[in-house]
Amino acid sequence: MNTEKRLVYMDHAATTATRVEVAEAMVPYMTGHFGNPSSLYDLAKDSREAVDAARVQVAAAIGAAPKEIYFTSGGTESDNWALKGVAFAKRSKGNHIITTAVEHHAISHTCAWLEKQGFSVTYLPVDRYGMVDPEAVEAAITPETILISVMMANNEIGTIMPIAEIGTVARKHGVLFHTDAVQAAGHIPIDVQEMNIDLLSLSGHKFHGPKGTGALYVGPGVRLDPLMHGGAQERGRRAGTENVPGIVGMGMALSLAVAEMVENAERVTALRDRLAAGLLAIPETYLNGHPQKRLPNNVNVVFAYIEGESILLLLNRKGIAASTGSACSSASLEASHVLMACGLPHDVVHGSLRLTLGEETTEADVDYVVAAVAGVVQRLRDMSPLTPTELRSK
Amino acid sequence: MYNEKVMDHFEHPRNQGVIEDANGTGEVGNAQCGDIMKIYLKVEDDVITDVRFQTFGCGAAVASSSMATEMIKGKTLAEAWDLSNKAVAEALEGLPPQKLHCSVLAEESIHAAINDYRVKHGLEAWEEKGGHAEHQH
Ligand SMILES: Cc1ncc(COP(=O)(O)O)c(C=O)c1O
Ligand code: FES
Repeated sequence: MNTEKRLVYMDHAATTATRVEVAEAMVPYMTGHFGNPSSLYDLAKDSREAVDAARVQVAAAIGAAPKEIYFTSGGTESDNWALKGVAFAKRSKGNHIITTAVEHHAISHTCAWLEKQGFSVTYLPVDRYGMVDPEAVEAAITPETILISVMMANNEIGTIMPIAEIGTVARKHGVLFHTDAVQAAGHIPIDVQEMNIDLLSLSGHKFHGPKGTGALYVGPGVRLDPLMHGGAQERGRRAGTENVPGIVGMGMALSLAVAEMVENAERVTALRDRLAAGLLAIPETYLNGHPQKRLPNNVNVVFAYIEGESILLLLNRKGIAASTGSACSSASLEASHVLMACGLPHDVVHGSLRLTLGEETTEADVDYVVAAVAGVVQRLRDMSPLTPTELRSK
Repeated sequence: MYNEKVMDHFEHPRNQGVIEDANGTGEVGNAQCGDIMKIYLKVEDDVITDVRFQTFGCGAAVASSSMATEMIKGKTLAEAWDLSNKAVAEALEGLPPQKLHCSVLAEESIHAAINDYRVKHGLEAWEEKGGHAEHQH
């Protein structure tokens, strides 16, 4: 589709490329060491050991013990399992779940389904930056509350939630605490002990691991029903033959991401701020999400008077891959529930643009994107009936 | 997601802009996603001699505006009135199903502009026929 050779990938929150060394490390587990980890013969031993090694890597990345890590098919499964697993295991204790209005659909749609099963769910509002108030979490707890689920970092606006504070509240009231750390893992430090987290979801493809890989951390003493019923894999809690190459890849990708995190975060944050400053210089452009407490790689802005799908199509022609919360770009024609929860009106959400940087992003990429976006915004503003005269060209 | 024809009209919109001395204008908002299209007509002796549009919307909305304005230029008001969103989508060689409603916006804003002209010239506004039964929302 794009007419220029340059490709600037600025959609790392959607997915990332699997690192070459990670892909290479996976190959032997599809070809030579293809044994089923559950089998008894020697061939299976290599697979089993590889899965165990990856479990150690994932556990180390979040301050957990290896036996607390369960491999899944991705962030969506981990979120579904945490919510449904706890809800049904604790049904006799209570039927109330607390979450926020800005969760990923893997959480919010699961909650909606649980409501149909008779559970009651509180969706806590957020402030204009997408931040939930730990005191509001505490105030929402009732004797019926069995689970609190708050994402660690938001996938659209990058806002980092006060997870440690919420963990303290949950622990104080003896309520289980789950966090969707899909966007956070490998990007910001995580310690499940310090943060009092009972369950935590991960997804491999957000930190340069393979797609279709994930993990759920389940803390000591946490009971939850299985989501997948079948064989006795994952200590009887998650049935299905292990995705050995995927697990190997995810473990390696996460340990590399954590090892390089400090250095990458510093560099990417500087590029993020340069990009945000460049875009905010465009008239009537506003930043979404928290100005400081945000992921190192996330920029999300709205441009008044224009629509996001049109922005994306024109940016694509310039080789730039980005994303938007505009209703027009979603199959359901629903505007971003995250931006709406931050208090933005529907028509303003239309003009939203999310750019998420990666380790390979350069300063030249950022400057190219700023110039390209400025041109696209002007072009679309010239076309829009809403644009005031002073913002039109000519 | 869009075919080359749609992308061509999106990227190189025909008749984009305003007509300062338009004698018929129509602005319609899309109930489904909140987009807005504005049509400017220059009518002489019952014939549309010039037409321009402004659109706040997606690629399909812009392409539909562009195509629809091309299709009604030089036509009589009655001919322009009969332009359906289906005909616009067909001329664009197809729109994704979830984007058909964007072409409805083009039809409706042309109707609004035609009726604006008619009312301003002491004529009766034409009525939408069949409550848009043929539109695939
Ligand atoms: C916050 C969050 N949770 C869950 C998911 C779903 O993860 P997966 O794509 O691995 O199913 C995503 C990815 O889009 C996400 O950003
Ligand atoms: S104008 Fe909103 S989807 Fe086309």
